[in-house]
Amino acid sequence: MMAEFGREEYARLMEKRALFITALVLALVALVGIAVTLGSADLPVADAYLAILAGLFPGAVDLPERMIESNAVGIVWGWRLHRVLFAIAAGFGLAIAGTVMQGVLRNPLASPFTLGIASAASCGASIAIILGAGFLSGGYLVTGNAFLFAMLAAGAIYGMARLRGMGSETMILAGIALMYLFSAVTSLLQYLGTSDKVQEVVFWMFGSLDKSSWPKLGIVTVVVAAIVPPLLWRAWDLNALAEGDEVAKSLGVPVERSMAGFMLAASLVTAVIICFTGTIGFIGLVVPHITRMAIGADHRTLLPASGLVGAVLLLGADCLARTAIPGTIIPVGIMTAFLGIPFFLYLFMRRRDA
Amino acid sequence: MTPLLCACGLSFSYRDRQVLADVSFSLDRGEVLGLVGPNGSGKTTLLRCLDRILDPEGDFRLDGRDLYSMSRPEIARMIAYVPQNSGALGSATVFETVLMGRRPHLRWSVSEEDKQKVSEALSLLGIGDFASRRADRLSGGERQRVLIARALVQDARLILLDEPTSALDMRNQIEVMDLLRRLAEEHRLAVVAAIHDLNLAARYCHRIMMLKEGRVLGQGAPSSLLTGGMMRAVYGIEAVVKDEMGVPYVVPLRPSENDNLVEIV
Repeated sequence: MMAEFGREEYARLMEKRALFITALVLALVALVGIAVTLGSADLPVADAYLAILAGLFPGAVDLPERMIESNAVGIVWGWRLHRVLFAIAAGFGLAIAGTVMQGVLRNPLASPFTLGIASAASCGASIAIILGAGFLSGGYLVTGNAFLFAMLAAGAIYGMARLRGMGSETMILAGIALMYLFSAVTSLLQYLGTSDKVQEVVFWMFGSLDKSSWPKLGIVTVVVAAIVPPLLWRAWDLNALAEGDEVAKSLGVPVERSMAGFMLAASLVTAVIICFTGTIGFIGLVVPHITRMAIGADHRTLLPASGLVGAVLLLGADCLARTAIPGTIIPVGIMTAFLGIPFFLYLFMRRRDA
Repeated sequence: MTPLLCACGLSFSYRDRQVLADVSFSLDRGEVLGLVGPNGSGKTTLLRCLDRILDPEGDFRLDGRDLYSMSRPEIARMIAYVPQNSGALGSATVFETVLMGRRPHLRWSVSEEDKQKVSEALSLLGIGDFASRRADRLSGGERQRVLIARALVQDARLILLDEPTSALDMRNQIEVMDLLRRLAEEHRLAVVAAIHDLNLAARYCHRIMMLKEGRVLGQGAPSSLLTGGMMRAVYGIEAVVKDEMGVPYVVPLRPSENDNLVEIV
């Protein structure tokens, strides 16, 4: 029939996207089982899943004797699972934040890091570690500073862009300028600080999941769970914004309000994650590209798929980081770059050939 | 019957520079209005004002309703805007790019009706065969058709186009203009197009509005508006206006003697 043009292909494209997302969910479930087995006490993968289920539904799972003897459930729930889930939540959130920023700013370089949000967090953390000064006290001194500085940077970029009319180039330029400013402050603090404090700052900036805990996981999960559904609901706005401000406006998107909302949401998700983990730079920049190459640019599927790719990548990287050199845990921020960037370059070169 | 579009005394300034001054016109269903005039005469600004991408002063009614009382999505269901073909399409497929035009009508999921409309628009514009190609890898002519298809599926009553033929070869130019005229007449749409090529405008527009420095110098049927005197007043050139089967045809000769362009030449 004449007027069927493109409908079959579109249906196939949507099927491919659904398949991609399903495969990622399965990969993630498999990876959780493997990740939970990693650690000093030996635990087979099957027991890992049993232990997770036993914790979720107390009394409903018949545990084998060996698992009761080895306190497998206690080990998994007390020590291991929160780190695994934290990797998932952080990877998911960072990737979605990056996707939103690239979509809104229509710039492949946009990410929490090129916009200065991450270096602001590092700067805040350095002030807390080296000068001992901050907005919150006690255990949350460093985290609180990192979070507030990240939000401060986001607010500053937004404010400057607003003054100049909210262009995407303005925002990126402002972000890059801020990135250098905050990096300079961090460098100055490192220059002035004592060597053990400087080491602490450097460790913070590597990005790691070592400090994860159930309460921290709770905070990150609540923020991600609160912000992602409204972002998904506005996915068509992101699709329209990708075609330019004018087109988006003529398609009924309230452009200025929309952009501000998206940027705020993405900044908040980023800030709440990196204030606990330090700089995990690669996810927000590259995962959106990888996902877009795989399944195209419709944000209704791109957002969740990016999140899942981010989760798989960060969890996978953390598993490798903990096992690559026996007895040493490489910071996951370093590992994600080692893993992801060659893969990204490979995809990129392959696409150019085609 | 009241006209579909009624604009009265539209004015717009970028900061302290006035770009449009007291522009008034009306437009009926089924009519194609060509906006012509030299570079910087305010054609694009007028189109942006008509879609309320910019906020002009003045009175502006669509189908009897005040455009200022309408929300952004409401406007989007009534007016479609095709920006100048700048190659700024995203990496979505042609089908998805056109589907974007349904955004003012969609909540989240895409219905069969939406997809049907996209297919029909693709077929109408003769671009059905590359529905699954990436929109950013099309030629200028193909891209222009994609943009028009997107505006069509928006189901708007007024379509605004900025230089719809500027990036096209001759054949594509007449095909696109012919299509716009047919769409207007058959679907009872009103079309406003900014066009540089006077002869193309004369041939395909029911009416022409001549702009210079943000003011309307004249509007009416092409044969009454395109005269040697008008060419001198608007473009500062001497031109012969011929009649080609009832359609005026402008042959530019040289810059006018009393124009400062002479000094440059």
